[in-house]
Amino acid sequence: MNVAIIKYNAGNIYSVVNALKRLGTDPVLTDDAATLRQADRVIFPGQGEAGGAMKYLRDHALDSVIRNLTQPVLGICVGQQLLCRHSDEGDTDCLGIFDAVVKRFCPTRHEDKVPAMGWNSLRDMKSPLFRGLNDNDFVYFVHSYYVPLCRHTAATTEHIVEYSAAMHRDNFYATQFHPEKSGTVGERIIKNFLEL
Amino acid sequence: MGLAKRIIPCLDVKDGETVKGTNFIDLRSAGDPVALGKAYSEAGADELVFLDITASYERRKTFTDMVTRVAQEINIPFTVGGGIDELTDVERLLQAGADKVSINSAAFRHPELIDRVAARFGSQVCVCALDARFDGSDWFCYIKGGRERTEHRLLDRALEMQDRGAGEILFTSMNNDGVKTGYATEALAMLSDRLSIPVIASGGAGCMEHFRDAFTEGHADAALAASVFHFGEIAIGELKKYLKEEGINVRI
Repeated sequence: MNVAIIKYNAGNIYSVVNALKRLGTDPVLTDDAATLRQADRVIFPGQGEAGGAMKYLRDHALDSVIRNLTQPVLGICVGQQLLCRHSDEGDTDCLGIFDAVVKRFCPTRHEDKVPAMGWNSLRDMKSPLFRGLNDNDFVYFVHSYYVPLCRHTAATTEHIVEYSAAMHRDNFYATQFHPEKSGTVGERIIKNFLEL
Repeated sequence: MGLAKRIIPCLDVKDGETVKGTNFIDLRSAGDPVALGKAYSEAGADELVFLDITASYERRKTFTDMVTRVAQEINIPFTVGGGIDELTDVERLLQAGADKVSINSAAFRHPELIDRVAARFGSQVCVCALDARFDGSDWFCYIKGGRERTEHRLLDRALEMQDRGAGEILFTSMNNDGVKTGYATEALAMLSDRLSIPVIASGGAGCMEHFRDAFTEGHADAALAASVFHFGEIAIGELKKYLKEEGINVRI
């Protein structure tokens, strides 16, 4: 299987590469439009700040390449957020695959820490990504912005508010958590994505 | 339910080998940080910390190689620390595959390092480690592995590090470290209630109740320990079962 990881300025891609290698695939890291279009699977990782990431994607014409991909695409963390319509982080217009606006967590009690960092449980899973998982299985999150519940929500979790732990629309899949850092549960999710 | 409380074993690494003896896995592989880390991960650890305690300058390559191997083989988050002095150290370790770096003395020598790490890589990679001792009136920070006292008060320092962009505070109580009489829960609660970023408790774990108290009384987000795990005094699986029975949200 031919797996491409989108190369841009906002990805800690090493752990994604390692996770894919553990599953026996050898991903290619690329910003080349043709290579991305031809890949069997595309992974859109993300870590960092939405405004700078979107600017980079636009400057390199990757925004329209991503929007027009037809094979299964998996956005991770900021990758999920960039697939939404808009992010409050830097008041940034994003890719618009998911009709949602990314918000910042507003802590209301002292135990509400931001960034949300650690393991949280998944509920209401409705996507083939989660085949074989159990309600309340734990996955690893690190983020300060979140996607509210919407019609593209494919799994929910709760920290301060209930929000989209994962999203799905057509060939676009996304997780706010890091499957590549989520132990055997995360490994199963990546495997499910490769087997879609 | 929300975020689970995290249990974090800490591994000291010298010249690429884990230092403390261990009953946790067989002696043949106990010296290999990757094998030990993997065993902890399989036992249910939520994260791992690897601290480089090698004194020599040549340590860098050996430790970085170890980080690369950990990243290849272990699928839970891990933090690395020890001797991080400048932005290039952080970059090297993150590129090797570490998820976070723990910055200690350097944050006192040149605190703007925290701002720079947060700006360049994001707060989520930046753990600020504070070692402190209670002197009868207040908690004061120490540097150089606890050898040198500073005039910085713990809470002020933690707030400053948060403002500069630290993503977590790893607080080690020097009064409690190695004594196995429990974490410094009052100081932990003071930090946790004033900070908006997560606090990791360190120093003092001797039995399972101590972990519970770090969470219930200390309001910590995570608890770190070394010897109780390394010497097999507490099994992580048992610990998490116990914590869950005590009503604490843990990942099982």
